Amino acid sequence: MIKVEHLVRKFGTSVAVNNISFEVKEGENLILLGTSGCGKTTTLRMINRLIEPDSGRIFLNGNDIREQQPEVLRRGIGYVLQNHGLFPHYTVAENIAIVPNLLKWDKSAIKKRSAELFEKLNLDESLSEKYPAALSGGQQQRVGVARSLMVNPPVLLMDEPFGALDNITRNAIRREFRELDELVKKTIVMVTHDVQEAFELGDRICLMDKGEVKQIGTPKELLFSPASVFVSEFFQEQRLQMELKSVLLEDIFPELKRVSAEDGFSGRSSKITAWDKMDQLLNDNSVDHGDHIDLEKLMAAFSVHKDKISAQK
Amino acid sequence: MEQTQSFWGFVSQQSDKLWSQTLAHIGLTLISLILAILIAVPAGIYIARKQKIAAAILGFAGVLQTIPSIALLGVMIPFLGIGPKPAIVALFLYALLPILRNTYTGITEVNPVIVDAAKGMGMNKWQILTRVELPLAFPVLMAGIRTATVINVGVATLAAYIAAGGLGEFIFGGIALNNSNMILAGAIPAALLAIAFDFLLSLVQRINLKSLRLSFVVFPFLLVTLSSFYLLPSQIGGRMLAGFTPEFMGREDGYLGLKKIYQLGIETVVISDAVMYKAAFEHKLDVISGYSTDGRLKAYDLITLRDDRHIFPPYFVSPIIRQQSLDAHPELEGVLNQLSGHINDSTMTALNYEVDQLHQSPEKVAMDFMIAHQLYKPSRKGRKGTIRIGSKIFGEQYILAQMYKILISGQTDLNVETKTGLGGTKICFDALTNNQIDLYPEYTGTGFLVLLDPDKELIKRLNGNKDGVYNYVSDQFKKQFNIRWLKPIGFNNTYALMMRREQAQSLHIESITDLTNHLKNN
Repeated sequence: MIKVEHLVRKFGTSVAVNNISFEVKEGENLILLGTSGCGKTTTLRMINRLIEPDSGRIFLNGNDIREQQPEVLRRGIGYVLQNHGLFPHYTVAENIAIVPNLLKWDKSAIKKRSAELFEKLNLDESLSEKYPAALSGGQQQRVGVARSLMVNPPVLLMDEPFGALDNITRNAIRREFRELDELVKKTIVMVTHDVQEAFELGDRICLMDKGEVKQIGTPKELLFSPASVFVSEFFQEQRLQMELKSVLLEDIFPELKRVSAEDGFSGRSSKITAWDKMDQLLNDNSVDHGDHIDLEKLMAAFSVHKDKISAQK
Repeated sequence: MEQTQSFWGFVSQQSDKLWSQTLAHIGLTLISLILAILIAVPAGIYIARKQKIAAAILGFAGVLQTIPSIALLGVMIPFLGIGPKPAIVALFLYALLPILRNTYTGITEVNPVIVDAAKGMGMNKWQILTRVELPLAFPVLMAGIRTATVINVGVATLAAYIAAGGLGEFIFGGIALNNSNMILAGAIPAALLAIAFDFLLSLVQRINLKSLRLSFVVFPFLLVTLSSFYLLPSQIGGRMLAGFTPEFMGREDGYLGLKKIYQLGIETVVISDAVMYKAAFEHKLDVISGYSTDGRLKAYDLITLRDDRHIFPPYFVSPIIRQQSLDAHPELEGVLNQLSGHINDSTMTALNYEVDQLHQSPEKVAMDFMIAHQLYKPSRKGRKGTIRIGSKIFGEQYILAQMYKILISGQTDLNVETKTGLGGTKICFDALTNNQIDLYPEYTGTGFLVLLDPDKELIKRLNGNKDGVYNYVSDQFKKQFNIRWLKPIGFNNTYALMMRREQAQSLHIESITDLTNHLKNN
């Protein structure tokens, strides 16, 4: 879907992006992860031509993006910014209608689509006539996402979409977004510096440093088979949590998979991560989910699983 | 004067004039403002994009702002003549900076995240400008326009100096004539205009613009512009045109007398004496009200028309001095009187010519004259006290003030300070009565008609009587103000009507009666 080849971009004498290449498949979420100044935002902004690369090429569906007028290209790519970027002088309804209006949609179509997104994003209908300043941070960010989804673009670029929110709101919204069907189908490139966010939302993670790619891979690959010391050190602090988040319950309890294959009932519970299971057990120990797993059992199985992976390596 | 006529009386009596001046004032303000908006808003947007040249452009507009208004108006006479045109250009230049700076500030202060979002959603440059930047910069931009409007309402009063009309005619006429009602009749409407414009614009400022459509702007703009032109005084042209100072327009021994006694019927405009002579020379005016000793008479080849029915009273110059100052330093009287008898009309015209036209400093001209007439003695650098000499704001008064300075500092132990350039008669006289200055040269005619405001009987009785007028002002000033008139210097700087020599000769006009007849017959 998106193919990035040998991008280079300098600002003055400093090299912001140095020979970066990656590919994003249709429907995939690629996270550009790294500390500030690593070139991740520059890379993102080159995809919708807000920044032009010094060299290198970008293909969207096999077409070089330079063949399209930048404005036309951007109207077909959803764009979500850190500080939501809502127009303060437009109401919520008007903000959401910006891109459809640029594409000359008729009013009834815009109305219908906004109502649909309001529903999906848990936004109250009464907000539509309010100005962004009257909304809470979480509401603003939802509206920002709704705005980018209005014309249903196949590709979505998100630049620290949850960066301006407080921790609790951020976690809540993130969980919601993970389950939003509109987002599940999209090809998404998202920039973040938050490791946890990257692991929760990313199909694959592209870890960057000083304008270069350090490793691209699934969260599991980055955790359990780091390509370099830099990569393994990058996750050191949150390693346990990340590891628990990156393995599914059925990975560490292979018998659950078998059970779920025979009987559809417990299939769902075996697809959750070890982290979520632990969360369940800690909050609500009295309920037996029918899998006879307790905290001790979980941790023991997890360390067995970890040993198995390192032995494979 | 205020004792004999109330403010409302004056206003109702002059309501026609007040109304036309107010309309002209609005017209001048609006047209210049609209021109400034048309230029400064696009320019402000442009420099917001080109940060490198922004400082230079804003600096240049700032320099324009610092040029004294009257100087700016004067500079434009040769190119644009007199009347509304140069006034509008000057007002336009003053309005540029606030609008330019606020447009620039407004645009540059739009949150870059918003602009980035607009760009990222696929808006083109024009859409970003009209739907995002201008609407968001609008309140700041409007604040600039409001500032410019208030400035323009104020500066537009100066348009009266170059025959462009407006409320300045009353204000400057009132100052010149010592008529508070007249000043207020100009100043109060001007202040109300400023408040009203500002209020209306503050309503516009509050509008939340979603996007700036061209049609929203162009139509009201055109409407206001066209209607403003309608308000301007009709263009000057056609037959002979007279340009009179605000002071002359309101005086019995000026335009009022010309109308009453000569039945002079000529189209008139109000103009400052700073530009009047030049305007006559440049054929912008045919008849002007000048002073008979003015150096520009010689420079621009103008002649004075004989006052064959004696409406201009004698204007002999004397130093007038506070009695208290004279009591403190009795030696002053003799020293000041030494100048008496040394200067006649043509001597004074020649001295004025050197200052006004040859651009020699009044100090040098005065010094040369004093040396030539053996009146100069080196300064004693006295410390016994300080004498403050005032002067009105024209060359002759500067020269006389310098001469008195030379006399006093050379022959007494007093230190001398000069406070020259004190606007008109009223300002100078108020400075004297309020003990801001000790003396200044004043004209008998001005003292008689302007400062003492005599009744008609007395004017008739003393008309043309040089000594009678002097004795009367001398007595009355002593009684009323405790101010002394010393010995007259000798020349008579009276009002006179002037024309270009070649025009007067070709039309065979030598006296004011000739002029009246010429105008009647054509």
